[in-house]
Amino acid sequence: MARRTAIVGVGQTYHKSKRKDVNGQELINEAVKRALDDANLSLKDIDAIVIGNMDHFEAINYVDGWSVDGSGAFMKPIMKVTTGGSTGGTLGACGYYHVASGFFDVVMAIGWEKNSESDTQAAISTCADPLVERDFFAGAIGPNAAEYAMYMKDYGATEEDAALVAVRDHNNALNNPHAHLRTKITVEDVLKSPVLCWPIKLLDSCPRSDGACAVIYACEEKAPKIAPKPAWVHATAVSHDYTYFGDFDWESMPTLEAVATRVYKRAGITKPLQEIDVMELYLPFSTNGVIWMEHMWVCGRGDAPKLVRQGVFNMDGELPVNPSGGVLSTNPIGATALIRIGEAALQIMGKAGARQVPDVKTAMATAFGSCYWFEATILRSTKP
Amino acid sequence: MDKAAIVGVGQTKYERGKTGSFAELVFEAVTKALADAGMESKDIGNVVTVTNDFWDGRTISCMAVAEASGSYGRDATNVEGDGTLGAFYGLMRALSGVYSNTMVVAHSKISEGSPRAIFNCAFDPVYDRILGLDAISSSALQARAYMKKFGVTEEQCARVSVKNHRNAWNNSYAHVPLDITVKDVMQSPKLAEPIKRLDTSPISDGACAIVIATEEEAKKKKRAKKPIWIKGVAHCADAYRLGERDLSYSNALEAAARKAYQMAGITDPLKQIDVAEVYDAFSYMELMWYEGLGFCGRGQGGKLIESGQTEMGGELPVNPSGGVLSAHPVGVAGLARIAEAVLQLRGEAGKRQVPRARVALAHGINGICGQTHCVWVLSNEEA
Amino acid sequence: MNEAMFEVREKDGLLIHQGYIKVPHLWAAGEVASRFYIGLREKKILGLRCPKCAMVFVPPKKVCHRCFGELSEWVGVSDEGTLETFTIVHYSEPVLHPMKAPFAYGIIKLDGADTGMAHLIGEARLDRLKEGMKLKAVFREKPEGNYLDIKYFRPVKGASHG
Repeated sequence: MARRTAIVGVGQTYHKSKRKDVNGQELINEAVKRALDDANLSLKDIDAIVIGNMDHFEAINYVDGWSVDGSGAFMKPIMKVTTGGSTGGTLGACGYYHVASGFFDVVMAIGWEKNSESDTQAAISTCADPLVERDFFAGAIGPNAAEYAMYMKDYGATEEDAALVAVRDHNNALNNPHAHLRTKITVEDVLKSPVLCWPIKLLDSCPRSDGACAVIYACEEKAPKIAPKPAWVHATAVSHDYTYFGDFDWESMPTLEAVATRVYKRAGITKPLQEIDVMELYLPFSTNGVIWMEHMWVCGRGDAPKLVRQGVFNMDGELPVNPSGGVLSTNPIGATALIRIGEAALQIMGKAGARQVPDVKTAMATAFGSCYWFEATILRSTKP
Repeated sequence: MDKAAIVGVGQTKYERGKTGSFAELVFEAVTKALADAGMESKDIGNVVTVTNDFWDGRTISCMAVAEASGSYGRDATNVEGDGTLGAFYGLMRALSGVYSNTMVVAHSKISEGSPRAIFNCAFDPVYDRILGLDAISSSALQARAYMKKFGVTEEQCARVSVKNHRNAWNNSYAHVPLDITVKDVMQSPKLAEPIKRLDTSPISDGACAIVIATEEEAKKKKRAKKPIWIKGVAHCADAYRLGERDLSYSNALEAAARKAYQMAGITDPLKQIDVAEVYDAFSYMELMWYEGLGFCGRGQGGKLIESGQTEMGGELPVNPSGGVLSAHPVGVAGLARIAEAVLQLRGEAGKRQVPRARVALAHGINGICGQTHCVWVLSNEEA
Repeated sequence: MNEAMFEVREKDGLLIHQGYIKVPHLWAAGEVASRFYIGLREKKILGLRCPKCAMVFVPPKKVCHRCFGELSEWVGVSDEGTLETFTIVHYSEPVLHPMKAPFAYGIIKLDGADTGMAHLIGEARLDRLKEGMKLKAVFREKPEGNYLDIKYFRPVKGASHG
């Protein structure tokens, strides 16, 4: 029988493009210490640790073992999980299942990346099949650009619609002291920024950051003693359906639709726009912030641009998206999706400071990576 | 812990230079495990793959095997570490109430890459990676520290190799069955003293899959095969740096074993455990692991192997399958230990069967010189 | 970028493609390791002390794994120490090995340190290596800011063996 589990503490670094003052273990340690402080716990209260990053970015094999000084895993159980860009979502689920299974009471999940230490595109390109796809694999930007180009043609969406998403996320980051990029921008700034792969421009794209995030999960008996308002995990879901980029269907986004359907069903959500109070979405490009809203059943096909223009997803709108500034502002890849979960939890816990959305009862976090894999988590202020 | 059981296992043959792709190896193991469990792919609850980006030469290595592992249309995740850790996560997911079972599958093709360079990447790039240590040279430091402290001899270590390679003749999956003597081992080329060629594990490719089910699921169908109950599981990590550890004794293994034994009600391992599959990447390791597992006292590993109690027919046969010394697809090998333990407890281990085995131990390691240990206790008796 | 295909071979009627991946890296040492390497430039070996555990870590690290305390007490340790364990390597890995086989790795505990450091042993009769023997660091003439700025450790001449 599952044990109810809640998030009781979140810690993260102040994400930057290059943290030359610390090595990877030290970076991890900063996030871990902040999470422990946030939960008012000490290391001895942690029963198990799970950690993740995207290996080729740092080229350290057996990161779980290497990390013990920073992660606090000396003479504790630690394991490593990794699924590329969605690693943070995988980590959150792993922390949750460690507790829900009944084996451990308090578990810390740590996501981290020192993207400054490698050539990001070279590292990412090795995910493509060496025999049939690697030679012409265009990296992350190409497929997303193609996706939006098709959408613009089919539904009349514009580059401005995507720019509105970029402006929203970048300006939200001004309220988030941990965010990497914190610059006020306008739609015009976005449209004038250099084209990377049309229609995606520089300010439509995520940065690479050095950073770490730690999230603490606790069982039903302990959670209320640790946090006054724990963020209860109601559902997680994953869709890892494809191996070859060539097999994917860009227009219907089957993996995103599958994961949204599955997580809503598990959490008892039928009207996401009304029932969810805040979303922390893994949007690596602003264009995703238009199209993907439809594939998450927030609105009908072709309706997303209208909602974006109406400000429905702004801080003062009906469904605020990315109060933290999202991935467009901060992207230490192994941590990025865990930061979405951590930020969603902070919203429920009422600890989101200047980026707090009032009265959050239900929050959603998503993860994205590699061949269009998605993960989703639903958190609530009430127990499942 | 709530009850859960292993209801299916599948292994490929372990050998060097397998021509199948990662996905093909995984598919073979998963298909075998499903057949063994009397299941179809539609019955899979969720999937845990066990992969490693370095050994596969591919970032997001789990992507290559997602479809072949049965992850289409269902939740799937990926552990990067030994198969015993992946299986533990699979167990946790099965016990979460969200899924009725988990398919856990590990693969690797060690012969495809440069194993020494790949293992060297486990060392700290800021400090000692540049020294060029790999699995053999670093393990040799541990071997010497252990043997020197307790007077364990190279001949005693060689006995492990003789026993395990001989046992491997009874295991059609094993990569390197051999008829060798202690003298053969002693005369084999020195690699990094005291480790000689016949003290080391081979470079193997292969895959292994197991299905872990909840109690309800395990009992649901009238199964032809007995579910094998999981009685205790635990893992623990030692310090990372070799210079910060007691290289002569594994504190992490002792801690993990203690916890697993406590869950399983084991107080006298040598008597209560009928068969053990442990991770003998090198011959000296089996002796060290005897001690951490409490099969004998500290420093007494050499004496235990000399007593014959861990041979086939002894009080506690260790590695009837031939162990890791006979087949070492890194990442898979720990899961294979679990699969072998399951076969023993079902009475399906053929020529390598330990008669009337009721309680089995499976063990895996991860990291440099066995930094992390994971211990499993299984039984064919539910109560 | 990454070349996927180099050479194609055949085995049992199946094709085998050979390739390699190249992902360049540039690791930040961090302030602590940087200070250690700056010390090595001046032929000084520095460690960090954990007051709670009363342990000096060499090479230094920012966090004590035992008590999780953040370390800031820098301590100079001797460039001489004791050999705790060793191995003589007989195989060749030219890409990895700084020395030609046969050569020795050891774990050396420097006087003043409480942890051992893995390193190379040089200028030594390999058949005379023994636990407990005294070794001394030999520094590289032109330091490059990495672990091999200590070239290796050599036996201290005239010291009594354990």
